[in-house]
Order: sequence, then C-alpha cells, then structure tokens
Amino acid sequence: MKPFTQLKGLVAPMDRANVDTDMIIPKQFLKSIKRSGFGPNLFDELRYLDEGQPGQDCSNRPLNKDFPLNFPRYQGASVLLARENFGCGSSREHAPWALEDYGFRCIIAPSYADIFFNNCFKNGVLPIALGAEIVDRLFQEMYATEGYQLDVDLEAQTVTTPSGEVIPFEVESGRKHCLLNGLDDIGITLQQADAIREYEAKRRKEAPWLFSRSA
Amino acid sequence: MAGKTLYDKLWDDHLVAITDDGDALLYIDRHLVHEVTSPQAFEGLRLAGRKPWRIDANLATPDHNVPSAVEERVHGVDGIVDPVSKLQVVTLDENCDEFGIEEFKINDERQGIVHVVGPEQGATLPGMTVVCGDSHTATHGALGAIAHGIGTSEVEHVLATQCLRQRKMKNMLVKVDGDLRPGVTAKDIVLAVIGKIGTAGGNGCAIEFGGSTIRNLSMEGRMTICNMAIEAGARVGMVAVDETTLKYVEGRPYAPKGEDWDKAVAYWKTLHSDDDAVFDKVVELKAEDILPQVTWGTSPEMVASINDNVPGPDDFSEPVKKSACERALQYMGLKAGQKIRDIKLDRVFIGSCTNSRIEDLRAAADVVKGRKIAATIKEALVVPGSGLVKRQAEAEGLDKIFVEAGMKWREPSCSMCLAMNSDKLGAGEHCASTSNRNFEGRQGFGGRTHLVSPAMAAAAAVAGHFVDVNEILEGAQS
Repeated sequence: MKPFTQLKGLVAPMDRANVDTDMIIPKQFLKSIKRSGFGPNLFDELRYLDEGQPGQDCSNRPLNKDFPLNFPRYQGASVLLARENFGCGSSREHAPWALEDYGFRCIIAPSYADIFFNNCFKNGVLPIALGAEIVDRLFQEMYATEGYQLDVDLEAQTVTTPSGEVIPFEVESGRKHCLLNGLDDIGITLQQADAIREYEAKRRKEAPWLFSRSA
Repeated sequence: MAGKTLYDKLWDDHLVAITDDGDALLYIDRHLVHEVTSPQAFEGLRLAGRKPWRIDANLATPDHNVPSAVEERVHGVDGIVDPVSKLQVVTLDENCDEFGIEEFKINDERQGIVHVVGPEQGATLPGMTVVCGDSHTATHGALGAIAHGIGTSEVEHVLATQCLRQRKMKNMLVKVDGDLRPGVTAKDIVLAVIGKIGTAGGNGCAIEFGGSTIRNLSMEGRMTICNMAIEAGARVGMVAVDETTLKYVEGRPYAPKGEDWDKAVAYWKTLHSDDDAVFDKVVELKAEDILPQVTWGTSPEMVASINDNVPGPDDFSEPVKKSACERALQYMGLKAGQKIRDIKLDRVFIGSCTNSRIEDLRAAADVVKGRKIAATIKEALVVPGSGLVKRQAEAEGLDKIFVEAGMKWREPSCSMCLAMNSDKLGAGEHCASTSNRNFEGRQGFGGRTHLVSPAMAAAAAVAGHFVDVNEILEGAQS
C-alpha cells in the first residue's frame, strides 16, 4: 500500500448526499479479477452519456459535460469533497480502488458508510470526516475559487485552506500508523499468531462444533 | 453493572486481543466466499506466499455472475455466454481447488446465493462470527450471529489470519411490537424502519431487531430484515436465538449433531440481550402502523406506503434532502404528488438474497395462483435463491403456478438484483423488485427500481401497477 503522509491537492466536488458504491463504480466493472485499472470508470454513469463496458477504451466515449469531474477546472484533482454518508451500499472495494486509480488520495465529507470508510484505509486513501457546516463552507470556497487546493497533513491531523485556516481532524491511531507507513494489516496481525492459536485451542474445547464441519 | 446485549456477548466470545485504545482482533468462525470480491484476495495470498489459516472455516459458491437462464445453465461454467463473467466464475473454481476450499460449484444443487446457502446448509450458525465480501452478509445475523460484509483486503486478511482487526460498534435496538396487518411482511417492516431512521441511521451500529413482531416472524422473515440492516447503514443486523432459531437449524447438513448439538444448544440459549442491557440507541415501531411499502426514489429511505403519494422537494426541509428528492424524481420519471398506485411497471423481479427463500416464493405464488400477469408487463422473473429452494418450490408446484401466470421460472443466482448476469432493466423501465437497492443504474443502465415485498411484487405483476396485495387476494379483479 502507498503510504499517505502529506498531500497538497486540487479539490473537486461530488455534491450530493448518500453517494453509493454502485454510483462510484457500476457493477459491470466488478467482473475484473484485477485490483487496478478502475479509474477510467469512476462514476461511470455520471461521467459518460453511454453505458460503459468492461475493457472498453473510454477515451472516445461521449462525456457528460454537466458532470463536474469533466470540467477543465477540476482536472488533476486529488481531493474529493463530498456530502453525508458517502460510500453507502455495496461493500465493493472496487470503489476505493477506482477513486485511487483516478487520482483521489483524500476524501472530505461529513460522514461515511462504515464498510467504505474501512476499505479506504486499506488502499492508501484517507477519508476525513469534518462537521457538516465546515464541509459546506469548503464547498462554497471551492466553488468560488478556481484552482482551490487543500493541504492535508496526516501526521499533524490537519487540513489547511488557501486562506491559512487550519482545520483539525480525527483519525484512529492504528489506522493512522498503517497509512503513514504504508503497512499491510496482515503482516501486523500475523505477529499475533500465537494469540490466535491460543484462542483457537480454548474455543475448540468450549465450542467444538465450530471446528468440526461434516456434511 | 449493566447486562450485556447480544452483540456484547458475541463480541466478548470472539475477542482474541484488544489494545487500550480499542483496536481489537476478532476471531472469525465462518468465511463465505463468492466470485466477485475474492479473486484479488487469493492473488494477494499467492503473491505473499501465504496459505489460508483454517481451510475448513471457508465455504464458497458462485452467485453474482451466474446466469439464471436454463439454456445457459445446462452447460455449467462452459454455458456462461459473457466471457468476462465466465472468467470470474472459473477463477473462483481454480482458487478453491488450489487452496482446498469447499465450493458448491455452478451446477451443484447446493449452489445458490451465498446468503441463502449459508443458513440453508447450517454452515452459518447461532453464535458465530460470519463474514463475506458482500454487504448483505448481515443476513446471517438472523440466526443470532455477528455477521457483516467486508472489502476484498479484509477477505484476504480473514483467509490469511482467520481474524479481523476491528473496533467495537455501538448497540442499537430496533423494537417492533404488535400484530402485523394482513399482507404486511418482514420486507415491509424493514423498509418502514429504513424510512424512519434513514439510510445512515444505523452507521457505526450493530442493530438488534427485537419485540414481539420480530419474535413472531419465521427465520426467513428475520433473514429478510437483517439482510437490509446495511440499507439503514448498519453493517450488522441480528435477532436473538429462540425456539424458532433452534428448530430452523436442527438437522441441517453442517449443523452440529448428537452431543455437540446438546452442547451448542445450551450455549445458544444464552444468546439474547439481558433484560438490563443498555443500548446506545433505541427505535420503536408499532406493527399496526406499517402498511405495504413501496420505494419511489433512488435510496431505500425514499419509501412510502401503498396508499401514499410520491413526495416532492417541498416535503423536505433540509436542502440536501430537497435536492436529493428532486434528482430522484427526475431519474425515476415520477411527479411529486402522483399516487404510488399509479406507477406503471414494465418488469417484475422476485429473487435476491433479501427475498428468494421458499417462504418468499410461496407468498408470491399465493397471489398469482389462478391469475395472469398484466399484458403490459414485459417480463416477470422468479429466481429461487438456491438449487435446494428451487427443488422445494418445484415439489410444491410453485413453478407451475408462476409459469401459468405468465412469469418465468429461473435458475438460482443474484440475477436482476444487480444485473451482473444478463437479467437487467432497459433504460427508463420501471421494475417492482424484491431486492434490496434502488440505486441509480443498479438493475441496469437507466433502470428504475421500486423495492417491495414478494407479495406486493406479485400483486403488481397481476395489476400492471402497484396495488395493495390484499385487494388482489380479496378477489378484486385487476
């Protein structure tokens, strides 16, 4: 996983509540057996006017000119500003894969759906939750200022606006550590292999039926 | 000290380790695997040179990409026309073969939607922690288990370590009391709950569904309710163990037997919240207030009763909800103030991990028996949740009832719930669907989904538009 430390990036809007993971990456692209290459199909049904197919070259597809990610001013954005309950619905990790592959490394929204939130941290994408009023204000500032950038510092847990305003954010310490260092969870868990074996031995005595599956 | 909730008890029983600031390592008893969210996880294992920690804790079956059409199914994997879908199913077969994981392959009679198969086989049991790379894993909580969806990185984590790194969720109780009105089912209850608390109402929570109405539901009904906990934002939905649970589990192929059964039952009987347990949030509903539900928008919280009108932006005070309503009406091609009953339908879908169990099919068959679907319905699909549900339905003659009514009887798969196989809506088509999500494009590009119960979907098929199922059952001719 790519570490996430600091990011100064152009901000793009996804200005609606309850954006679901079907919207982030539609189902036909889930047929891939790879982890990469989802970027061109991020928000596929909103970005393009036609129905996308897996493996298709997207460069000649008709674009929806009303969709902000297609506006010239948001090209190259790496911070996505969003609304309540971002990433709800399906658990598909293809959603953070698509966001990351497109170039988004950080999302700022008032709240997230649990599974999506969790999946982001496994893929070097930092989802920041800020108060709804703050997010609303960032939306206004962003719309008013072409080239609007935010400065995100994970170590310091701050978002700094172009005017120099410093907004603190919360992040769980374990997740922060993994993201800062690009660490793989499995390696960390396997350091506790003895504890897992000990638990299993105890459980095997208490609840043997959990360990004997015979049809 | 306050008593424990059901979630507290199961959490404590599965805790391998926990740090002072609450980062926990939780043991996973059962890992269910399907073809869509697992290939990258198996690939990750291979690249790291890792092996599954406990092979017998895993059970796999293909479901999302599997065709429902009989013509495609007779040829097994080779019959899958779409090469991309086929590759994904083949990849699951190969991964399970390589790592020695038990799989119900495409033409095994036990194959089906993973959330129908687990309980049906007794592979998911009370007291377990159950995970799967699919958000509707909450279904298995109906047995009195902690069950939830995970992403592919966590699929790999569970394969490699048999554990998940987690933080404890909050406890939420949704209590439904009283007698249901005729024609009102588990699906209507859960849609009413989502309408009340919203699609983010359960974020960060494990929801326990309780109260006399829930107690009186069958296991199938409880599964329907827990299945859609995720549509209320809660990863976990659960129901306490009682006699209904035990009766359901007993004798299933993978359920414990003999001495193990007695020991298990003694433990399972403790799996309920204590009387003095404290919940972080409590929501109460009266069963008698719930009428048959129909969603009108593009989020499951956009739901109304059959007698209501479609709301408009003016019915909402928050700006975000106003604009969401406006956008939803535009996408759905509906007008504010129009009657739910006047929504005309093009297709009907009865199936999905929410509503494809035998009881769901019986409820739908009761409605269409001796009737014909409306001439304006282009297609009405009935897709059983597993090969065994299909066999049972055929033994009861339900397939004939559906076919005689003009519906299509298909092979088990996720089918038109998410349209990963060839069953999908055309742009602009309205569908009465027993599935779980009415998101934009979910059932096909530009498709318009209305979530309903199996009985209401069947009634809509007969009438060609939404109608209170009781009117059809009472003999009012369409």
